[in-house]
Amino acid sequence: MSQKQYWMGVEELQQTEAPKQMDEFKEDLPFDVSGNLLDAPTPRRDFLKYLGFSTAAAVLASSCEMPVRKVIPYAIKPEDITPGVPNYYASTFVDGGEYCSILIKTRDGRPIKIEGNTSCTITKGATTARVQASVLNLYDKARLRQPYISQKEATFEAVDKKVKEALGAQASKQGYLVTSTIISPTTKDVISQFLAKYPNFKHVTYDAVSYSGMLLANEASYGKRTIPSYQFNLAKTIVSIGADFLGTWLSPAEYSKQYSEARKVSAKKPEMARHYHFEAIHTISGAAADVRATCKPSEYGAVVIALYNALNGTVPKFASKKLNDSIVKAAEDLKKGNGLVVSGSNDVNVQTLVNAINASIGANGTTINWGVSSNYKQGIDSEFVAMVEAMNAGQVGTLLLHDVNPVYDYYQGAKFAEALKKVATTVSFAERNDETAQLCNIIVPDHNYLESWGDAEPKTGYYSLMQPGIAPIFKTRAFQDSLLIWSDATQSYGQYWNQYWLTKLGSQENFDKAIQEGVVTSKKTVTSAATDSTQQIVATTPMSSATFAGNAATAIAAIESKKAPAGMEVMVYEKVSIGKGGAWSNNPWLQEMPDPISKATWDNYACVSPKKAKELEEELTSITEVVAKKRVIKISANGQELTLPIVVTPGIHNDVVAVALGYGRDEKVGRAAANTGKNAYPFQSWNGTTFDNYAINATITKTAETYPVAITQTHMSHEGRPVFHEYTLEEFKKHPAHLQDERRAEIGKYSFLPWDEEAQPGGEHGAHDKHNTKHVEGPGNIQDMEQGFRQNGTLYPNYVSPGIHWGMSIDINACIGCGACLMACQAENNVSVVGKTHVLKSQEMHWIRIDRYFSGMPDDPDTIQTVFQPMLCQHCDNAPCENVCPVSATNHSSEGLNQMAYNRCIGTKYCANNCPYKVRHFNWMDWNGADCFDDNLYEDGRRDDINDDLTRMVLNPDVTVRSRGVMEKCSFCVQRLQDAKLHAKKEGRPMKDGEARTACQQSCPTDAIVFGNVNDKNSEIYRLRTQDQSERMFYVMEQIHTLPNVNYLSKIRNAEFLAKEAVITNGKETFPNDDFHNKHI
Amino acid sequence: MTEFNKTMYLKIARTSILLVIALFLNLHTSFAAPDGKALFQSNCAACHNPLKDATGPALKGVEARVPSKKWLHDWVRNSSALVASGDKYAVEVFNKWNKIPMPGFASLSDEDIDAIFTYVNSVEAPKAPTAAPAAGTTTDTSDNTWMYAFITIALLVLMIILWRANQGLRRAANDVAGTPNVKDVPVYRNKVFVAIAVILAFVFCGYWITNGAIEMGHQENYMPEQPIFYSHKVHAGINQINCLYCHSSAEKGKMAMVPSPATCMNCHKQISEYTGDEKLITAEGKEVNGTAEIKKLYEYTGWDPAKKDYKRDANGNIISKPIEWVKVHNLPDHVYFNHSQHVVAGKVQCQRCHGAIEDMHEVHQFAPLSMGWCVNCHRQTQVQFADNNYYSIFEKYHEEIKSGKRTGVTVEDIGGLECQKCHY
Repeated sequence: MSQKQYWMGVEELQQTEAPKQMDEFKEDLPFDVSGNLLDAPTPRRDFLKYLGFSTAAAVLASSCEMPVRKVIPYAIKPEDITPGVPNYYASTFVDGGEYCSILIKTRDGRPIKIEGNTSCTITKGATTARVQASVLNLYDKARLRQPYISQKEATFEAVDKKVKEALGAQASKQGYLVTSTIISPTTKDVISQFLAKYPNFKHVTYDAVSYSGMLLANEASYGKRTIPSYQFNLAKTIVSIGADFLGTWLSPAEYSKQYSEARKVSAKKPEMARHYHFEAIHTISGAAADVRATCKPSEYGAVVIALYNALNGTVPKFASKKLNDSIVKAAEDLKKGNGLVVSGSNDVNVQTLVNAINASIGANGTTINWGVSSNYKQGIDSEFVAMVEAMNAGQVGTLLLHDVNPVYDYYQGAKFAEALKKVATTVSFAERNDETAQLCNIIVPDHNYLESWGDAEPKTGYYSLMQPGIAPIFKTRAFQDSLLIWSDATQSYGQYWNQYWLTKLGSQENFDKAIQEGVVTSKKTVTSAATDSTQQIVATTPMSSATFAGNAATAIAAIESKKAPAGMEVMVYEKVSIGKGGAWSNNPWLQEMPDPISKATWDNYACVSPKKAKELEEELTSITEVVAKKRVIKISANGQELTLPIVVTPGIHNDVVAVALGYGRDEKVGRAAANTGKNAYPFQSWNGTTFDNYAINATITKTAETYPVAITQTHMSHEGRPVFHEYTLEEFKKHPAHLQDERRAEIGKYSFLPWDEEAQPGGEHGAHDKHNTKHVEGPGNIQDMEQGFRQNGTLYPNYVSPGIHWGMSIDINACIGCGACLMACQAENNVSVVGKTHVLKSQEMHWIRIDRYFSGMPDDPDTIQTVFQPMLCQHCDNAPCENVCPVSATNHSSEGLNQMAYNRCIGTKYCANNCPYKVRHFNWMDWNGADCFDDNLYEDGRRDDINDDLTRMVLNPDVTVRSRGVMEKCSFCVQRLQDAKLHAKKEGRPMKDGEARTACQQSCPTDAIVFGNVNDKNSEIYRLRTQDQSERMFYVMEQIHTLPNVNYLSKIRNAEFLAKEAVITNGKETFPNDDFHNKHI
Repeated sequence: MTEFNKTMYLKIARTSILLVIALFLNLHTSFAAPDGKALFQSNCAACHNPLKDATGPALKGVEARVPSKKWLHDWVRNSSALVASGDKYAVEVFNKWNKIPMPGFASLSDEDIDAIFTYVNSVEAPKAPTAAPAAGTTTDTSDNTWMYAFITIALLVLMIILWRANQGLRRAANDVAGTPNVKDVPVYRNKVFVAIAVILAFVFCGYWITNGAIEMGHQENYMPEQPIFYSHKVHAGINQINCLYCHSSAEKGKMAMVPSPATCMNCHKQISEYTGDEKLITAEGKEVNGTAEIKKLYEYTGWDPAKKDYKRDANGNIISKPIEWVKVHNLPDHVYFNHSQHVVAGKVQCQRCHGAIEDMHEVHQFAPLSMGWCVNCHRQTQVQFADNNYYSIFEKYHEEIKSGKRTGVTVEDIGGLECQKCHY
């Protein structure tokens, strides 16, 4: 039996009667038309009543006067604001230790969009989904609006008085200042000033998701308690053991950018780094990997040992053959040089051994830079555990908590809550009334980062400045200011900060430049005038090696002594969208962003493998993605019990159940966060030195309950039509033209019409064509064929674009599925949040979605290969949607845009039904402005803050907010295109390539999206389609002659074989080793 | 004969060449000469009026008052330096005008300054308003209408009488001939008549409703009452202040921007009373006291005319409140309109859409601002195709112009009628 090549979910693979897809428009009409019309439940008289009412209502509505609108100018206009023209301020995104250099787009004084800062040599303009969505946190309704004492509103004066009294009186007892990782040099100074004033205070750094193991291992191995700089861009072999470095590990924006550099592939340069990935769950890094094998989280240590031994030629002896083979191959490749091994384990010994491997393969100095340390994580778990003990023992007098929430995210949160009661004065700087803040005596809310002055030193010598995009909206105060006031400093933090940077940078001019660019290039880098930013980092921060001084043998012994018993294990993980929780839990954009792998929204759940799910429940419907109701299971481990719905995730280890962090929040955290999912932090465990993010000896049992989970993958179906092309690197090297040959076979026959003799080779058309000879003899020029197909493949007239013809290219090989584009689009285009109930009905509104396809055998997680395909309006030049619109609300522009005129749309939905790509979305409700009438609001409980005047401040004023009853879809960010054109027009010059950038393109950390004017022969998009990547280019469903303006580049996997070629014989899978060429051509 | 012809031709040719050259020179000079009016409006009009004293003195005939032309040039470019140098006349003028220094205009050349004064001297005082001329004609036309209406009605009545008479006669004739008369059907039961009436009513009602619906939301001639009686006629018309002096972002962004009151105060710190000859009359015919309106401005901006300073709070911030003007030109939310696109790229005059603002005391909406109106203009207006290098990418049109196939490129030709040019 030959396997189906790609499948969206298990249900597609199983030949069952269960529905294979959801249909948004399937619902029956709300009338009963079975019998006589007059027998209907709504009789004729009622009909007449309604008719009369609606006529009267229409008359009333139409006779309404136009409202009087005011135009209110500034009393004193700020110099740099021109109404209607956006200003951009360079700033820095910091969340705990996570760092990203950004530009804040403000319109008329309010931030509405975050964009990557290309001046930064670390993130190089990359962003993540959370960075993009962070602008919504600024307008979060659940933010605290003033200080509180004992949960009662208070003033800063009262708070200061109370805190100072407590600080003065607590001399006999120990005080603690607990913060998350702080990467701001001035904040660190402020803290030391505070500690100098109160010598019996101690500063403890606590990271909810801990990297202590790594820090301690590095201290043991290299004498430095830091994390080095990883340079994935220089690696030829990347081996990751459980580190999701593209999604959540340390600095995903930075690593994604580097990773995409190392993996850029074209027919001219058919080389790319090979990525081996060993993991327990299925992450986006695992999906991107060339070779992927699974193990249990407790086996990470064993895998690292096996890899260490394999470097010396020892063959590993795991039960899984794929795992053994992969380790051997990884070791072989690592020995070739330029290798890099990373691990997501928080075990000191595992990390020590990873250091040993990196040292032995010579990674130090080639792919790992020990000269520049990364400051992203600094928390040491044991210090925090010791503090909790001290609190419990009643030794702690005062506790200040900044950006930490241990009641929620400590593995023994309840114990911490108990301990908190024994502390006399507890102060929280939380921006919302979170689980910990609720138990604190005093809350002094901190500013949002978009309201703050500040700085960051993400890596030694790399400085980044933070400036506000808006004045504080509420009565909040910078955390640093509070500390300074309490330590009786004369300066405010703003003054201190100003002075610090003026002194450090030497002159006002340098200072202004740094503020404008958002980053300070360190003194070392200032001298070099490198042209290419990639070269800059390489050239100016010389790679620095270090000598490994750890003891590998002890580490191995320690790991082996802790061998975990067989059986289920439960692992907690960070979602790409929600992360550790924090403010993100209450961000409706992120809540509705489908998880890249499970495609689920608004919940956390128990991810289990299809095999395990079948063991629990034979009935297939409960494990498909189409049926929303999921069987609830009970997970017990660590003495904790959680009941969660199961979501079947192919690719996850058969003995692992994975639960996302950041859910199960308290009601006061916010409406979006409240009462959903379960808190998974208690499944973390303390191994004596560090926290482990898994628990062994887990048991799962079935319950009788079901719970609906809103999963989006099956909502928009291509009806099983093939939508992409994947090759191994070897195949691609051997036959780069294979894809184009396939296309030729499909569209070549339209090159000329049989009766049109002039156009035939030798005729007029052929005469001017230098490829003419090829045309006759062999494959022919694909661009000519495209032209022929365009003109001859349809009865409809061909659209001409005399000036500009917009086009987009998406590289599936570069796409890692992180969802940054999704969030950027949502912020840029006022895309609505619909809430869980409506996602369940397939009514989500995202203009760009990332389709996830699996291939391989669901029962064997090691065979699973996963691909992502961003899908958005293809702006077809022969669009099926345009032809069926009865009111021509959607039509074509001379620039190749498929336009959507909302005010013309009458909501027939014909277009969405006729769209083969399923990218059109209907507004079933007034998602954003329904509160303009009383009792008109659709209330969901969780998304309702979107209908608030504060939250609506995030809307982009250049984009219409769509109302109920109209279709919408991707517009190619037409407002940005119009703006770029206008700029050029006003300056009287042709538009430059790259001047018009779509939001998705700009946010993409891997540069997978290229956009531009195809008519411009010098543009990147034109060169990419015709020269640079002409071998990999294809259009989705080209054969149906939609003539899309979005093309894709084929996926190239640097693996030996693709899972889609797996063949099952006698229940065992084998992989064909026959020649690719023979099989396909 | 031929000899004569030849000389004549030569003569004609020579004269025409001379003429052309003369014309060219003439044109050339007129193009090159600085535009005094424009210079005056953009640089001087904020403080000076040709005829009346404003923040600064009236400028007409100023050349006769000052010591020399060179002095005048120096004064315009840098008056403060002249005052500091102790020049007698300069100090005198400075003191006379409350020691307000005139900003220097170093960028103006001698020619520019001379052009300004040439323009200033050419300004004549407006003549006393003449009696409304159109009154007589209007009555004439209405007389005619009445006459036509009367004749039409009379003819209709005549027609009915004749028709009835004709019917009566035919009946009588039938009686005489012995033919039976057809029974009269009353009009309201005449099926043909009823059908025609229903169809007509349907068509007219449909037309009326459709038109009414299209007109919904259109506010042509909308002239709301504003919190301050601000007369565009006095500012932009009589005092010739450039539109862009106040609506400065019309060149920069999508909104033309109503200026902040601080902009008003640039002049109104000095001008505290209205002394113009033009009477300020509201739409209702009430006369407005201009000085009182300026006082209202002072209240908004927190200006104390007695102390010549702003009222300030404890932190030294000016106590002022914004003026809540009523918006006259309203576009629906789903329309994207950009002023700078039209003003800078399209080089459209303000008056084209806003009407003769310089003659309006109170602004009213001149154009319908309907989609039909926008689209019409986009159909007819030619873009700056040859002058703006942006359009160089439209190779096809350039070739067509070269080959004479096309005379110009309208906004429509470059896609100006497509939905997503204005709706997104």
